[in-house]
Amino acid sequence: MTLVVAGAAAVSTLRIADDCLVLSHRLAQWSSRAPTLEDDIALTNIALDLLGQARGLYARTAELDGTGRSEDDYAFMRDEREFVNCLLVEQENGDFATTIVRQLLCSTYQLAQWQALTASTDGQVAAIAAKAVKETAYHRDHATDWTLRLGDGTDESHQRMESALAALWPFTAELFESDEVTRDVAGSGTGSDPETLRPAWDAYVGRVLGDATLVVPEGTWRPTGGRSGLHTEPFGYMLAEMQHLHRSFPGATW
Amino acid sequence: MVSATDEIRRLAGAIPDPEMPALTLADLGILRDVRIDRSGHVDVAITPTYSGCPALDTIREDVERCVRDHGYPDVTVRIVLSPAWTTDWMSEAGRVKLREYGIAPPRQHLFDVRSLRMAVECPQCNSSRTREVSRFGSTQCQAVRRCDACGETFPHFKEH
Repeated sequence: MTLVVAGAAAVSTLRIADDCLVLSHRLAQWSSRAPTLEDDIALTNIALDLLGQARGLYARTAELDGTGRSEDDYAFMRDEREFVNCLLVEQENGDFATTIVRQLLCSTYQLAQWQALTASTDGQVAAIAAKAVKETAYHRDHATDWTLRLGDGTDESHQRMESALAALWPFTAELFESDEVTRDVAGSGTGSDPETLRPAWDAYVGRVLGDATLVVPEGTWRPTGGRSGLHTEPFGYMLAEMQHLHRSFPGATW
Repeated sequence: MVSATDEIRRLAGAIPDPEMPALTLADLGILRDVRIDRSGHVDVAITPTYSGCPALDTIREDVERCVRDHGYPDVTVRIVLSPAWTTDWMSEAGRVKLREYGIAPPRQHLFDVRSLRMAVECPQCNSSRTREVSRFGSTQCQAVRRCDACGETFPHFKEH
């Protein structure tokens, strides 16, 4: 199946919505499994914020692409190739360090993106962004606190953070890629050009990693493809789990 | 004489929040607008506290039922996102009720990540020697703190 969305504006909101939904589901997988009760609650609260952000954007996408699809249609009735989230958000939770590193990289990006979108010429997107900016500031703060604590912690926690960073860093290049869609929405003012988010992201992530005694890994492998529906292997398994109930009982509501 | 619009605003405003029943919708500041057109159609606008707030659907149903029960069968509840809700919209009465309920109220005009580390008073003993245990609590809008003076752990309605 091919991507059934019309126009750059719809593709752009769908990409951000998919980032939010997929990351939300990954975090929700920590429910009842986080290392402390506080973090069980924190990770699932963050997941809930992200789910709310995704819902708002799916509703907007349905208006923009003219299909009138429901939020559930986008979440549960699309196949892997139709999801346009970045590869970073779909990476497996791994250990707690991996999840924290993913959170630092993602929430710093999302905060910069939401800040840019508060100036969107699409009033609805700007309204969703204004709400999300405040929520995402808390997400970034949570990831920052843990990065400092684990990076500058024990030998074991430092080593785990280092491994997590090595595994996830290659996926960050994709976050700042431009293509026809991003250029179109940046031109019309409904969206932002990912390249413009890079300086703020670099500065913040660089400072936190430095304070946490962690070093940005070297290497030239830069996987990409998520924005055009080409995903990494763990994503299919995640979708199968996420969509199972809706696929088994079509139209299920609760 | 009270206008029908004011009457509906008062009734809907008095509905308790499903997750924090000590507070009303008016206390929270989430009831944004009430209008009645010539045909008698009532339009109520509410704004969510958080994007994924699970209480929102219940609040919407509660408002619809309340308006219908008071003689206005034709009612629509709209969710408006802009301007985004802020804890600064919480009424003074709401802050007092929160405190009595055992939840430290949000500090005003402070939405800045750096300032979130300023003192929050313990709702049990009023000491300002409290510290954050977790920035996330039992609902999206709450954090968990502990008081060093009396030892109590308490929820804090976080600034937003």
